[in-house]
Amino acid sequence: MDAHAALTEEHFIQREPYYEPVANEIAIFEAAYRNKLPVLLKGPTGCGKTRFMEHMAWRLKRPLITVSCHDDLTASDLVGRYLVKGGETVWVDGPLTRAVRVGGICYLDEIVEARKDTMVVIHPLADDRRTLPMEKLGQILEASDDFCLAISYNPGYQSVLKDLKQSTRQRFVALEFDYPDTDLERRIVANESGVDPALADKLVKFAQMTRNLKGSGLDEGASTRLLVHAGKLMAGGIDPVVACQSAVAQAVTDDPDMLAAIQELSSSLF
Amino acid sequence: MPEALTRVEIEALLDVWLETEFTFHQVGPVARALCRLERGDQDFVLDWIKRIATTHITLAFHFSKRAPDMLNRLDRRAIEAWAVQLCDTYDRAGMYAALAVADKASGFIQTRHAHAAGALFDDTAPVLGNFVRGLSGRALKLDQGEGCFTDSERLILPALFARFETAQDNFKLAKATVAFLWAQTRWGTFRADIQAACAAFDHPDRALNQFLGLETLRLTARLARELPGLAREMERLRHLAGDRLPEDWARHQAHLSRPEATAEDSLALLPQVYEHPDFQTWCYAGELRPGAVAECMAARMDTEKARLRVKLAQLEEELRQRAGRDSPGEAKTPATFEAEAQDQDGSLDFEITLDGAPIAPPDDVKQLLTSVWLDFGHIPPEYLVPAGDGEYDPRLYEEQPEDPDAVWQGTYHEKGALFYPEWDMGRQHYRKNWCVMREKSVAPVHDDFYRQTLDRYSGLIRHLRRGFEAMRDENRLMKRQVYGDDVDIDALVEALADSRDGREMSDRLFTRMHRAERNIAVAFMVDMSGSTRGWINEAEREALILLCEALERLGDRYAIYGFSGITRKRCELFHIKHFHEPYDDTVQARISGIRPQEYTRMGFAIRHLSKLLNEVEARTKVLITLSDGRPDDYFDVYRGAYGIEDTRMALLEARRAGVHPFCITIDKEARDYLPHMYGPARYIILDDVGQLPAKVADIYRRITS
Repeated sequence: MDAHAALTEEHFIQREPYYEPVANEIAIFEAAYRNKLPVLLKGPTGCGKTRFMEHMAWRLKRPLITVSCHDDLTASDLVGRYLVKGGETVWVDGPLTRAVRVGGICYLDEIVEARKDTMVVIHPLADDRRTLPMEKLGQILEASDDFCLAISYNPGYQSVLKDLKQSTRQRFVALEFDYPDTDLERRIVANESGVDPALADKLVKFAQMTRNLKGSGLDEGASTRLLVHAGKLMAGGIDPVVACQSAVAQAVTDDPDMLAAIQELSSSLF
Repeated sequence: MPEALTRVEIEALLDVWLETEFTFHQVGPVARALCRLERGDQDFVLDWIKRIATTHITLAFHFSKRAPDMLNRLDRRAIEAWAVQLCDTYDRAGMYAALAVADKASGFIQTRHAHAAGALFDDTAPVLGNFVRGLSGRALKLDQGEGCFTDSERLILPALFARFETAQDNFKLAKATVAFLWAQTRWGTFRADIQAACAAFDHPDRALNQFLGLETLRLTARLARELPGLAREMERLRHLAGDRLPEDWARHQAHLSRPEATAEDSLALLPQVYEHPDFQTWCYAGELRPGAVAECMAARMDTEKARLRVKLAQLEEELRQRAGRDSPGEAKTPATFEAEAQDQDGSLDFEITLDGAPIAPPDDVKQLLTSVWLDFGHIPPEYLVPAGDGEYDPRLYEEQPEDPDAVWQGTYHEKGALFYPEWDMGRQHYRKNWCVMREKSVAPVHDDFYRQTLDRYSGLIRHLRRGFEAMRDENRLMKRQVYGDDVDIDALVEALADSRDGREMSDRLFTRMHRAERNIAVAFMVDMSGSTRGWINEAEREALILLCEALERLGDRYAIYGFSGITRKRCELFHIKHFHEPYDDTVQARISGIRPQEYTRMGFAIRHLSKLLNEVEARTKVLITLSDGRPDDYFDVYRGAYGIEDTRMALLEARRAGVHPFCITIDKEARDYLPHMYGPARYIILDDVGQLPAKVADIYRRITS
């Protein structure tokens, strides 16, 4: 199959992304969307925040523009900048601006990673003004009615530097995500990776073991995403212990003692 | 290979090391045994005899008597572990206990193989400690000790597992043992009253052994259901060890393998199996010490009850406030909590409800519930009544910090202190938990020392502030970048002109904001030994004031601690400023209050401060020592080479942990030892105490830029 390229703002998700609701998050998101309220997704890494956004984009039939924030991301990266083309300067919209123009869903993943000045840009978009000031153009862009702003944030990093400011967080409707409960997680792992229920059950048990280690050497336990990875490897014929080591243990830690301990846990279980 | 040493040569060496002229130890037989060994083995044993002799000669003599025989049975690593254990036991419990370890040499090496490669506790504990925490249940701690059992909070393991030939198998044995001891706490072995039940028999010890046999069967079956991979390993180990199921026990095995079997079922079978022949304990089963468990449980139950009830009261309060129901006049109706444990598929979880409404228990409550549940098999209702006001003595549910000064008023005890190891150069090994360290605060002295210092050095301070301000790494606009937020018009014009001329056009056409943060944390370790009395102390205090004034401009995070002590039992670190503390009147008063104390034991202070530094998030971590002389302590080996070597080792450890140590000293003889301790270019010697205040800030600027 040929790779297919489309502009992000014209890309609509065609097939329903697999998503198992944990509580009433879908209803809340839809209500927030109807009332033009921005949404904040809280939760540890790999618990399904991004998948939830894809699912909602499909449900609401809007293009989804995702920006993964990093510590070098500036306001210009979101809003846009002048570039030089053939001896002239040309304005190029950033992803946020494009979403605002076409009325898409703009999802800023791990917003706290971005530089502080980027927060200020989203403030007017996140209250009832719903506008995007574009300083360099001297324009104010009003958001289309379909536009929706969503950000995600992982409160687990207990670092002062990576905390969300009150002035930012108090503009959003917050949805809290956590790892799904055992039954649900089992179902998700089985469904996503294609392993049989018995193996999915063991994978979930294994994840709980690593989550017991949180705080005593591990910053985070294994996420549902990692379990799906491990499950896919197993479904592809990789030995369970090896799959757990490559897909889970190596992903959560570099500490040799911890790696050995996790290896012992998985070899005990499988 | 060089030729083996002769008996005469060996005897001459032993005469010197063991001081036979005074101690009259008979080294003849030892030398005879040693001269038959190969040179490599001889060197190995002799080296250890020499090293142990620096700790105690008698200990070294006992080691030398047993070492040649041990060499035939164990690999060198295991013998080394044994030698270290001898010294550790001597450090901890004295000669009598150490000789007991020496006598039990054969117990130490439970092995039937020649040159067995054992699994040492020190190597396996970090891995197995995490392993056992990963399994559900109470957080268990691994400790090295005599025997192999659990007291329901700690797993006590021997120094060495050497039953099998390969290190791999011995490690697996250690792992299986840990899992088995964990299983005892997880599936309620100690919920049965083992002591009372065994006491009813003529031979309680035999009854206990048979009970362990029954529990071995029950828990092995249980583990096989929960952890099939481990069960396969255990089976292989049993096969290797030749463990068998005695006749007549097969039907008990079937009975105890049922999923619903409990320790009570084992107890019920005890009278029957008491008549059977002895159950030969399986390789991973360790032993049962119900006495230790009972003691531990008794201590735990009251505190846990208090803690749980206080936590529930807090939880209730929180929920009430959130619901907005808390009007002061309203009489509170006592809340009822209910907890339900879900123990299925090996995972243990709790659901609690308050007045029928489910609530999510916080992690600490969950842990307490887990621990209580493991003890009882259910949560007793009286544990779920929230504590009333003032119902409990806080000592029961809070860790009480010990008052460091109070320790010396009563009989000596080590409660509440931190322990640090120390490097013993003679032994070429650490002495475990050797330094007993406490953190105290310098008593603030509110006088006008701070003002006076500012006045005296007003010119210098202005200069320092300016200099430090210039070091601040501020945001700046970087021009001619390949990538950036804005077009660099100057660069663009030039580039266009270039292209008109037919020259190559630059691609550096953008400007970018560079935001750099100076990311340094620094700890100052100030010598507060008695020798700093007078001028030096004053110079130190002035230097600290100037330094703080300058650092405040720079914005680096910094902490200041003084160190002193007398003997290893009383190592004291004096807090002057924590990292997170602002530089205010109190800190200034503490600096003013720095007074000379006792001696200069340095290793513990370096170890503690590098630990503190590593808890701070910073790209660069610096540890700066202000000192007036070499490490030294009261009537102790710390004086001289020993102290220097320990300090050097502590500095090496710090460097390995990513801390950059630096030393500023006024000891003129320091050139003899500082290069060895700190390495070249990592220290500065001031010829004149008077220079200290003026120089310290300057030196700081130099080493951090």
